[in-house]
Amino acid sequence: MDTSISFKLKVWRQANAHAEGRFETYEMHDIPTDTSFLEMMDILNEQLIEKGEEPVTFDHDCREGICGMCSLYVNGHPHGPATGATTCQLYMRRFKDGDTITVEPWRSAAFPVIKDLMVNRNAFDQIQQAGGYVSFQTGGAQDANAIPISKEAADEAMDSATCIGCGACVAACKNGSAMLFLSAKVSQFALLPQGRAEAKRRVKAMLAKMDELGFGNCTNTGACAAECPKNIKLSNIARLNREFVCAKCSD
Amino acid sequence: MWLTNSSVGRKVVMSVTGLFLVLFVTFHALMNAVAVISFDAYDAICEFLGANWYAVAGTLVLAAGFAIHIIYAFWLTLQNRKARGNNRYAVTTKPKEVEWASQNMLVLGLIVLCFMVLHLVQFWAKMQLPELMGDHVMNGKWYLQATFSHLWVLPVYLIGFAALWFHISHGFWSAFQTLGTANDKWIPRWQCISKWWASIVFILFAVEACYFTWFFAL
Repeated sequence: MDTSISFKLKVWRQANAHAEGRFETYEMHDIPTDTSFLEMMDILNEQLIEKGEEPVTFDHDCREGICGMCSLYVNGHPHGPATGATTCQLYMRRFKDGDTITVEPWRSAAFPVIKDLMVNRNAFDQIQQAGGYVSFQTGGAQDANAIPISKEAADEAMDSATCIGCGACVAACKNGSAMLFLSAKVSQFALLPQGRAEAKRRVKAMLAKMDELGFGNCTNTGACAAECPKNIKLSNIARLNREFVCAKCSD
Repeated sequence: MWLTNSSVGRKVVMSVTGLFLVLFVTFHALMNAVAVISFDAYDAICEFLGANWYAVAGTLVLAAGFAIHIIYAFWLTLQNRKARGNNRYAVTTKPKEVEWASQNMLVLGLIVLCFMVLHLVQFWAKMQLPELMGDHVMNGKWYLQATFSHLWVLPVYLIGFAALWFHISHGFWSAFQTLGTANDKWIPRWQCISKWWASIVFILFAVEACYFTWFFAL
């Protein structure tokens, strides 16, 4: 078995938010298959710097799949062809010798390109700030038996809370909709008693902010859940819809 | 008004009008089945649904349902294309979990709309419309013969029914998802019911059209 591969890398280069972008092709030689995708991008950048060219800008931080910073659209998939994994958890053994690998930024009107492969995902922060929190003092921990929470609800809330806010759902959606992200952020509170107190205000404020920021309308294609690196489920969107419709009907 | 100015509200309008139209096509398919069993019974239905006040009121509600569903479809699609941005991906893939119909609802809807216009010209414009104008109209069987005695009608109708199958197979479960009446158990259940419902409606319409063609054209 080959332990290193050579391939063509087609990378989106764009000088700034207002410049015209274009694809640039780079030949990558003898890259070990145990290299992670981001390490491969580092190798490319070292080569570019040695040649005196501008390195490729891309987002990354923890490189262990929990921070939500990496965001490459690789060969038609947000975070690449691996399922349930972020770009930093993608390894070059997924690719074959002689492949052409196309790397693009998230494409959505609400996530404008800053430079090359880096996009501005500040819109997600704004949605969170609109209501993605519990605003009252919960005080000291009371006796665990005082507020019973079912195992199912606790598990569901925990699963929803694993959303890292990377924006892959928006990148995968043909409508540029942020419903999977929003539904995870609403669900993690809606399922627990501490979150119920402000549930109506929260869902209305966060949805209004999402609409205001120019994300699209959900058409239930399910591409978001299929591409989510944290396997956030489509049923969260049903819960979000239920929470919103009930909140509006009780106004 | 949240039904116009929120994304979920707009989708709720699509869901409610869509489910109403699903009920209508189901009723329509069952009504046609009467003609397969007995043309006399079918003529009686046509007379019952002529220019009576309840039939006219029903037609107006139905037309409003269609109009709202179609206007919202274009409105939502324009917003969604704007949200997607001007730059498209160079490489795209379709995850296996994503239904083809779900990504092509507008196109499928347009095919159904074209079929519907043809169908209205062939039947409604010669049945209820002239009756409203005070003209004399023939019985239901006469119009079935006038339409299905032409052989080109059957394949065109089958194309319309196929588009309707795809449209309902996604739209039906999607409506329940949008209305919030779904969870991990009910998403696959609604998807299964969607396929069954769309298939039963398709089979009824297709068998009826084949029978009328066989009866009047062959």
